[in-house]
Amino acid sequence: MKILRTKTAVIGLICGWLLLFGVVPILMLLTSSFLSQDAAGFYRLPFSLHSYRQLFLDPGYLEVMLRSLKLAALTTLICLSAGYPFAWFTARFSKRQRLVILILLMIPFWTNSLVRTYAIRMVLGTHGLLNKLLLATGLIDSPLRLLYTDTAVLLGLFYLMLPFMILPLYANLEKLDYRLVEAAHDLGAGPLQIFRRVIVPLSLPGIFAGCIMVFVPTMGLFYVASLLGGARQLLIGNLIQQQFLNARNWPLGSATSVMLILLMTVMLAGYALIMRRLTARGQRS
Amino acid sequence: MRKSLRLLFFCGIFLYLYVPIAILIINAFNLNRYGLRWDGFTLKWFTAMAANPGLMEATRHSLTIAICAASAATAIGCLAAIGFTRYRFVGRRILQGTLMTLMMAPDIILAISLLVLFVGIGIALGFWSLLLSHITFCLPFTVMTVTARLQGFDRFLLDAARDLGASEGQLLRRVVLPLLRPALLSSWLLSFTLSLDDVIVSSFVTGPSYDVLPLKIFSMVKVGVKPEVNALATLMVALSLVLVVISQLLVKERDKNGKNK
Repeated sequence: MKILRTKTAVIGLICGWLLLFGVVPILMLLTSSFLSQDAAGFYRLPFSLHSYRQLFLDPGYLEVMLRSLKLAALTTLICLSAGYPFAWFTARFSKRQRLVILILLMIPFWTNSLVRTYAIRMVLGTHGLLNKLLLATGLIDSPLRLLYTDTAVLLGLFYLMLPFMILPLYANLEKLDYRLVEAAHDLGAGPLQIFRRVIVPLSLPGIFAGCIMVFVPTMGLFYVASLLGGARQLLIGNLIQQQFLNARNWPLGSATSVMLILLMTVMLAGYALIMRRLTARGQRS
Repeated sequence: MRKSLRLLFFCGIFLYLYVPIAILIINAFNLNRYGLRWDGFTLKWFTAMAANPGLMEATRHSLTIAICAASAATAIGCLAAIGFTRYRFVGRRILQGTLMTLMMAPDIILAISLLVLFVGIGIALGFWSLLLSHITFCLPFTVMTVTARLQGFDRFLLDAARDLGASEGQLLRRVVLPLLRPALLSSWLLSFTLSLDDVIVSSFVTGPSYDVLPLKIFSMVKVGVKPEVNALATLMVALSLVLVVISQLLVKERDKNGKNK
């Protein structure tokens, strides 16, 4: 009897929490994206598709969304190309070395990301370290304008998101059976062939997990674009922030967020599909 | 040749990760206000930071939220993890799926949807809305950490305790909780860090009555360089260093316990 009561209480607590602060808010967000703008009360009836129409027909919004997608894709690509070798080498190190490298990776990760963005800004400024170095080595004659450019935003996003790429990749590559690589080598495969035909297929789950962890959240990091980018709206996050906190157009802001949710859902579904296909292939062989 | 290339690669990545932080710390002690060159050692930015009432208040608020959210998320997460491992019930997989989605969802979506919820049901934006939001985004991490630990330990211990006549409550207090101690501590630390690190959710769900660090720092540095922020950031880096060390010690302790068994 008592067990049953504890059980109900425990399950009720977590279910209630997730329902109230996880599911209901998303449903409310979805609903508000179909309502009309109201200057005083944030949103009001009647239902309308106005926000979505605005989102897709207004060239300004479309441009921000495309730019945001491009920037997020570039960030993901850079994180992957730096994170993959990082995770691969780390997974091949001795246990002690691995621990040191992971701790070194975690320390910045545990520091407030706004503080780190601010730190990046000091490096990229006109009188920042990078310009000083370039001037001192004689590579440039006058300071480069690095800050408040898309490049600066990209560098900042890479800085913040890299661990999110490395950790899932590392978790995957650490488990990779190195004997398979040796077997491929014994069978006469070259390094490139081994990489393409053995290592990449085996680490696909890690690659996808890392890309999902980087790609969608990147588009929300409005403060990086505000601190490092110019006046232009760069990320979907900036658009959402502006609609919710400045322009007070909640339905439009909600509709923009719904786009992000859709993107996330598609990517997660793709991930699930790939995982299922991989396990199916594993069982067949 | 390949070894030195690899070394170069790692050095490059770590330089990229650490040089900005190092410059931040150096400038916190630099007499030159704009950090253009080294003008000598000073502690005056730390004094300026301590004398800035707005900044100090925001720090106090952030720490309060982090401590409360970490404690609540650990407690709820621990109960949920025990529920997940001990009981079989309909919808368990769905619940776990929801938790996973919550963990993977971008902060901005969580932030917006919680804002819509709080305004919709009439919770004023401030301490409570902030606390509830922080507990929500810490929760998946605490459930995962504790579940991992629960799955690792010996189920026979529970059977033994029950055979010896322990009640459900005694079982929890005398057997399960002591075994979970390292996991609870590390999920507390993780939640605390997540809460202090958060910028996006806090920007949306707090009101003018409850200013927190990320918002304060954001508004201060948006217009230019603020040496007080360097000083505060230095303290935050030091804090995260301490937290990483503690959590590593916890991992060591766990490994040791595992080996003894």
